[in-house]
Amino acid sequence: MPSEMRYTRPLSVHAFMRAYLCRGVNYMALTLFDKVWLQHVVRENDDGSVLLYIDRHLVHEVTSPQAFEGLRLAGRKPWRPSAAIATPDHNVPTIEREKGIADPVSRVQVEALDKNCREFGIAEFGMHDPRQGIVHVVGPEQGLTLPGMTVVCGDSHTSTHGALGAIAMGIGTSEVEHVLATQCLIMKKPKCMRIRVEGPLPRGVTGKDIALFIIGRIGTAGGTGHAIEFDGDTVHALSMEGRMSLCNMAIEAGARCGMVSVDQTTIDYVRGKPFAPKGEMWEQAVTAWRALHSDDAAVFDREWVFYSEEIEPQVTWGTSPEMVAPVTGRVPLISEARDAVQADSWRRALDYMALKEGTPIREIAIDKVFIGSCTNARIEDLRSAAEIVRGHRVASTVKQALVVPGSGLVKQQAEQEGLDRIFVEAGFEWRDPGCSMCLAMNADRLEPGERCASTSNRNFEGRQGMGGRTHLVSPAMAAAAAIAGHFVDVRDWQGEA
Amino acid sequence: MEAFTTLDGLVVPLDRANVDTDAIIPKQFLKSIKRTGYGPYLFDEWRYADRGEPGMDCSKRPLREDFVLNQERYKGASILLAGENFGCGSSREHAPWALLDYGFRCIIAPSFADIFYNNCFKNGILPIVLDADAVRRLMDECESTPGYRLRIDLPEQLVITPSGETFHFEIDDFRKHCLIHGLDDIALTLEHADEIRAYEKEQRARMPWLFIDVSG
Ligand code: SF4
Repeated sequence: MPSEMRYTRPLSVHAFMRAYLCRGVNYMALTLFDKVWLQHVVRENDDGSVLLYIDRHLVHEVTSPQAFEGLRLAGRKPWRPSAAIATPDHNVPTIEREKGIADPVSRVQVEALDKNCREFGIAEFGMHDPRQGIVHVVGPEQGLTLPGMTVVCGDSHTSTHGALGAIAMGIGTSEVEHVLATQCLIMKKPKCMRIRVEGPLPRGVTGKDIALFIIGRIGTAGGTGHAIEFDGDTVHALSMEGRMSLCNMAIEAGARCGMVSVDQTTIDYVRGKPFAPKGEMWEQAVTAWRALHSDDAAVFDREWVFYSEEIEPQVTWGTSPEMVAPVTGRVPLISEARDAVQADSWRRALDYMALKEGTPIREIAIDKVFIGSCTNARIEDLRSAAEIVRGHRVASTVKQALVVPGSGLVKQQAEQEGLDRIFVEAGFEWRDPGCSMCLAMNADRLEPGERCASTSNRNFEGRQGMGGRTHLVSPAMAAAAAIAGHFVDVRDWQGEA
Repeated sequence: MEAFTTLDGLVVPLDRANVDTDAIIPKQFLKSIKRTGYGPYLFDEWRYADRGEPGMDCSKRPLREDFVLNQERYKGASILLAGENFGCGSSREHAPWALLDYGFRCIIAPSFADIFYNNCFKNGILPIVLDADAVRRLMDECESTPGYRLRIDLPEQLVITPSGETFHFEIDDFRKHCLIHGLDDIALTLEHADEIRAYEKEQRARMPWLFIDVSG
C-alpha cells in the first residue's frame, strides 16, 4: 500500500490502529515513524493536520521566556508540568561559573529560566546542578528520552533524541507555549525517508563521519519535508552515542527529524537511567519497544542506500555541512561543480574560508580546536579524543584547544577516567558543560579569520564567531588536528609531532 | 487572548505608508525575554529625540513633540489609522506585541503586510482594511475633530463614525470567530481538552512509562 494512503485516515481508524499496535499486532506494514506517530494522534483535524500528543518537553533558556510569558498573560498553567524538564545551556559560561554570568543579556535569560521553572512547577537542572548540560546530552543521559516517545524542544537539534527510536522535533517559541499549555502540537505528518548504510563499520569512522558523508551525498535540502530513518548494519553497529551524532545532524540534511529503530544496544543504553522505568514496568516497556522498527514490507516515500566501504573520516571545507570531503581528499575544483549555482556558492565559500580550490584536506592548518556540542560531547566522544591525545602535546601553532563536556555527568565520568588530565597535560583547556563555541553565545568564540577544527554541527559563516572559519570533524579527527596543527587521517595516527 | 466584539475608542491618525516592523519596534528591543513591556518603545525612533535602548526609563526621555502619539489629544487612543502596507518587514511578533502593549486593539489601513496581518489576530488585535478613500476621510475627520472616536462592531463588520456613518469591512469567518471568542491556537486546542484527557487516560494505562513524573 503506498504510504500516502495512510495519511488521511479518520480518527476512529487511528484509535483502532493504536489499539492494535499496542498489542503488538500490526495488520499492515508500517514504518518506525508511522508506529510512533499513530500512537500519539489525539485527533485528526479537518485540514488533515493532527493533534499530536507530546510525551517529553525539554526546555532551555533561549527559546522559552516568551512562551512562559504567554502563559502568564493568558492566565494559563502548564498542562502537565511533570512532562517537562529544563536546563540552561546556550548562555552558560564554561569557566569560573561560580562567579556567575558576566554578560547581562545572557544572565537575564538564564535567570528568567530559573524563575519560570519555579513559578510553573517545572523541574530544572540549574546552572550549578551537576546534571546540567546541553539539553540534548542531558535528555538521553537521564532517561528523560525513551524509545517510542514524542520529544520536543525549542531547538532544531532535538532530532538527536531520535537515536532512541523516538520522534524528536525542534519547535518554535509559539509552539513551545502551545505544548506547555496543551501537551500537544498541531502537525501535518511529514513524509518518510529511509537511509540505509550497509557493511561493517570501518575503523576510524564514527557516527559523525557517516552523517557528514550522507549530507555530502544528499545535500542540506535532501531530507526536506521528511522524517529520516537511519537503518542498515553500519548504523546498528554504532553505539548510542554514535547514533545520536547521526540523528543530531539529520536536521542539517533538512529533515524534520532523524530516527534509528530500537535494538539491544538501545535497550542496554536505557536500562538503569535515572528516569527510565524500573521493575515490572521496565519489562513491559521493553516488550513494547522491541516492536519499534519498520516492518519488512513498509513503504517509504524515498530510500537511499550507501555502503560503509565508501566512508572515510570526513572534513568539511566550506560554509555548509554538504561541502565536505574525505580526509584523504581535497577541496574541489570550481570546474567540478554540477552547475553555475553550485560553482558560485563554492566560490563564495572558498573565499570566506580563505582556501584555494584543489587544496589537499591534510594541508589545511588550524588555529583553534573545539571538542564539544550536542553532536559530540558525550563520554564516548571524549574517550576517543583522549585516546588520540594521550602522551602528545597540542601543536605550538594552535592558539587554543577546548574540550567542553556535554553535561556535568559527562564531565564527572571523564574525570573519574582521568581523561581531563590527558587533555590538560596535552595543553587542552578542560571546561564546564554548555553549548560554548558551537554557537558562540557565551564568551567562547573564534576571532575573525581564525580557523577551527570543530566537532559541532554547523559551519555557517560566523557561526562560531564573526569571521570565524569552521571545519566540522569527529572528535578523534579534531584531537589529531590539535596535535598535528593541521588535518590528519586518524586511521594512520601514530602521533606525528 | 482577549476577546474582541465591539470597541468604542479614541483614534490616532498615523499618516504614513509602508510603516515597517523596525519602525514599529526597533531591533535593539528584540533581545528582551518578554512579550509585554514593549509599549513605551513603540515607534521609538519617531517618538523620542534620543536613541532608545532596552531598559531605559521612557518617562525621562526627550520627546519629539511633532509626532502624533506624543500629542495630548491622542493620549489613550486604542484605534490606529494608518497608511497602506502597514507592518511590512520582518515576521517578528514583537510588532503586534508592542502595539497591544501600548493599548491599540484595532488598526485601520488601506492594506497590511501579510505576516503582520496574521500576527495581529494571534494577539487579539483587529486589523481592518478599508479602501484608501475611506481611510483618507477618516484621517481628515479625526485630525479636525478633537476627541474623535470610532465604534468598531466586529459581529456586524462595521466601522461607525460619530455622525453615524458606517463602513463595512471584510474579514475571514474563521478569524472573526476566533477573535470574537478570544480563541488563539492554544484556546482552539483546549476546546479538545476532553479528548486530550481521554487520550492520556488510555495511554497511561497502556504505556505507563511515558508518564513517569520527572518533576520530582
Ligand atoms: S550545542 Fe550547538 S547545536 Fe547543540 S543545542 Fe547547543 S547551540 Fe544548538
